[in-house]
Amino acid sequence: MPEPTTPVLVVEGLRKVYPAPTAGGQSVEAIRDLTFTVPQGQLVCIVGPSGAGKTTLLKCIAGLLPPTAGKLELQGKPISGPPRTMAVVFQEYGRSLFPWMTVQANVELPLKSAGVGKAERHQRSHEALVAVNLADAGEKYPWQLSGGMQQRVAIARAVAYRPEILIMDEPFAAVDAQTRAELEDLVRKLWKELGVTVLFVTHDIDESVYLGERVIVLSNRPTVVQDDVVIDLPAERDQLTTRSDPRFAELRLKIYGEIQRAKDTTGDTMTVRTIPAA
Amino acid sequence: MKIMKSALFLVALPAILIAIWWIATLNNTSYLVPTPGGLITAFFDTWFGDRFWDDMVPSIARLFGGIAGAIIVGVGLGLLIGSFRTLRQLLEPLLEFFRAIPPPVLVPLLGLILGISDQMKITVIIFGSVWPILLNTIEGVRATDEVQRDTARSYRLTRPHRLRYLILPAAAPQIMAGIRQSLSIALILMVISEMTYSSSGLGFAIIQFQRNFAIPQMWSGILVLGLIGLALSLVFQLVERRVLAWYNGLREVQRA
Amino acid sequence: MTTLTAPKAAERVRSAALRGPVLGVVGVVGFLVLWELASRIGLIDPRFFPPASEVLIRLGEYLLDRAFWRDVAATMWAWFLGLAIAIVAGAVLGFLIGASRFLERFTQSTIEFLRPIPSVALVPLAVLLFGTKVQSELLLIVYASIWQVLLQVVYGTKDVDPVADATAKSYGLNLWQRIRYVVWPTTLPYLMTGIRLAASVALILAITAEMIIQTPGLGKQIILTREGGAATSMYALILATGLIGVLINLVMRFIERRVLAWHQSVRMEVAG
Repeated sequence: MPEPTTPVLVVEGLRKVYPAPTAGGQSVEAIRDLTFTVPQGQLVCIVGPSGAGKTTLLKCIAGLLPPTAGKLELQGKPISGPPRTMAVVFQEYGRSLFPWMTVQANVELPLKSAGVGKAERHQRSHEALVAVNLADAGEKYPWQLSGGMQQRVAIARAVAYRPEILIMDEPFAAVDAQTRAELEDLVRKLWKELGVTVLFVTHDIDESVYLGERVIVLSNRPTVVQDDVVIDLPAERDQLTTRSDPRFAELRLKIYGEIQRAKDTTGDTMTVRTIPAA
Repeated sequence: MKIMKSALFLVALPAILIAIWWIATLNNTSYLVPTPGGLITAFFDTWFGDRFWDDMVPSIARLFGGIAGAIIVGVGLGLLIGSFRTLRQLLEPLLEFFRAIPPPVLVPLLGLILGISDQMKITVIIFGSVWPILLNTIEGVRATDEVQRDTARSYRLTRPHRLRYLILPAAAPQIMAGIRQSLSIALILMVISEMTYSSSGLGFAIIQFQRNFAIPQMWSGILVLGLIGLALSLVFQLVERRVLAWYNGLREVQRA
Repeated sequence: MTTLTAPKAAERVRSAALRGPVLGVVGVVGFLVLWELASRIGLIDPRFFPPASEVLIRLGEYLLDRAFWRDVAATMWAWFLGLAIAIVAGAVLGFLIGASRFLERFTQSTIEFLRPIPSVALVPLAVLLFGTKVQSELLLIVYASIWQVLLQVVYGTKDVDPVADATAKSYGLNLWQRIRYVVWPTTLPYLMTGIRLAASVALILAITAEMIIQTPGLGKQIILTREGGAATSMYALILATGLIGVLINLVMRFIERRVLAWHQSVRMEVAG
């Protein structure tokens, strides 16, 4: 293993409390204490039971939600707003793409705002659409495409942006199983080609094991890190062989067991563990 | 064949009504209702002579000036107010009250303050018809989709870009609905301001006709106003179809 | 990074829930205060913009004046009568047109032509027919309001689920029963929307008619105050019409909510 350099993402003691929605109600401690680091270029999956604050964690990392306490650093700098080198792919692709713009315009918009020139924008958006197998969809509108294709457009938009870290928030949850398999392979392919760091949140255990080099399991609310599992499957993966690999089943079982435990444990019943950098 | 059927439906009832009208006025009995022929003659005689420039053009110019002003003010202020939650909460009840005031009362009010002039008439139209646009724009801006807003923020879109590529298009359906309501108010205000405080214009002309018992001319004036209303409605529908093409497409897909 | 303790967070949110209405009140009061000051110090010409306090006092005087209430009654009576006629006629016509595809196509071009005609254009006609009697006001009100109801009822009738209707038919329900159990529940919300829209249109035309034709009512009074140059009185009357407008809106929304709540419970009964 290469000598670990400064991790690209540092999460230390992250805490997020939501104030009560109505006067006299209860405030909600979504995240109590999350601590982990992510080295450059890793594909790490984050799983946990429903309500475990996965989306909250992502929103904090993406700079969309200010944490209540704790340290969040991207490439050595504290995260105080959406970082320039980060791109997010949301779960609700239908609401994330702008329906009044064509696919190509959608993919190019972040570049336009970043000041990239017209010619380069066209080139990068074309490359990105080719990379997600949507080379001909440029002039269509998002709502003319199927769910899977829309999510690929969202991925293309992220790719064209050339981020150094890619956040994906349960991106394939609303997509059918067949399309999901294709999209999972697409993510691994892009990850390898672009060398980005990927944070992939999912509730699908199989998906997390298939995709990740590492899986972080979150506990129930108030959330802490329940477990941190290294996925030692071979780097070359495909849907058929990898998923029938006995090691796959073992890891799957382990994580499944952790999630079952996680459903019963919360930050109240667990002692906080410090996880060594992978 | 289908086109013929549609065309038939288009003219059937109107043709029947006109026929009844024609038969009923064959004996020229009522002074109140002109014959169809009489109306057509009066229509072209009255409105395509001097009156075209003295009355019709100024009226329509004032109408369009007022509508344009209302749209600019309504959308501009609406974008501003809708973008800042505190401002919106501060102003919304006040604005809703202003909207509830029946627009026609602005005519004597502004007539008092500004006297009788073209500016006054255009101002009346703007002040009276801005409210649906303003309030709908505020609502449209406020209701911008959360996920779209997060997307724009996460990609660090600049403020002007967010306004132009996210907020304004997202609010467009609401804004267009507001404009549609404003159009009918604008037309009413134009006519009222000309009927009460004016020496020129369509409203003024029609009242004059009625006072002088120039009945066919009076009806022709009503017809002109009807045609203007119809034209406004058609033009609006054409513009709306273009501006909201994406929205109509999206809804069709969602309905399927 | 500071941590918020739970009680402090709760406090912040309690105030957040009240924030909206409080700010709204602040806005209204602030506006009145600004108006008052600007008028008193001459920033805006007090002849045309009398101070808010004077306007409010004048409104108070009006509220104690029997003649004012006679005008209000005249306006409201015409409004009510015109609205009622428009609702009944609009609902019946709307139902007939919505129920028959043939009628819908047959009448579409005529309706599309008549609808955009501004009701005010009929003022001279109304004057010729009825002079300054209340019927001329009613003509304007009904002509303008009927479209709101008619169109909504057409949409509502068209929205009736043909499958539900066919099912009812197959169970042997006659026309009247089908109307009651299938058509009416679907159409009712649309009708309520139409009534709500028609109510505010009716007010606008009532005032308009009174202003131009000088039928008795608030509109006529407003015109008279202008002629007398009594700006304070005019503002007070305008304020009164605004309050009436708000009141009508609130009452209509209240009625709509109650009717639809009852309607929902009836629907559940029928379905169960």
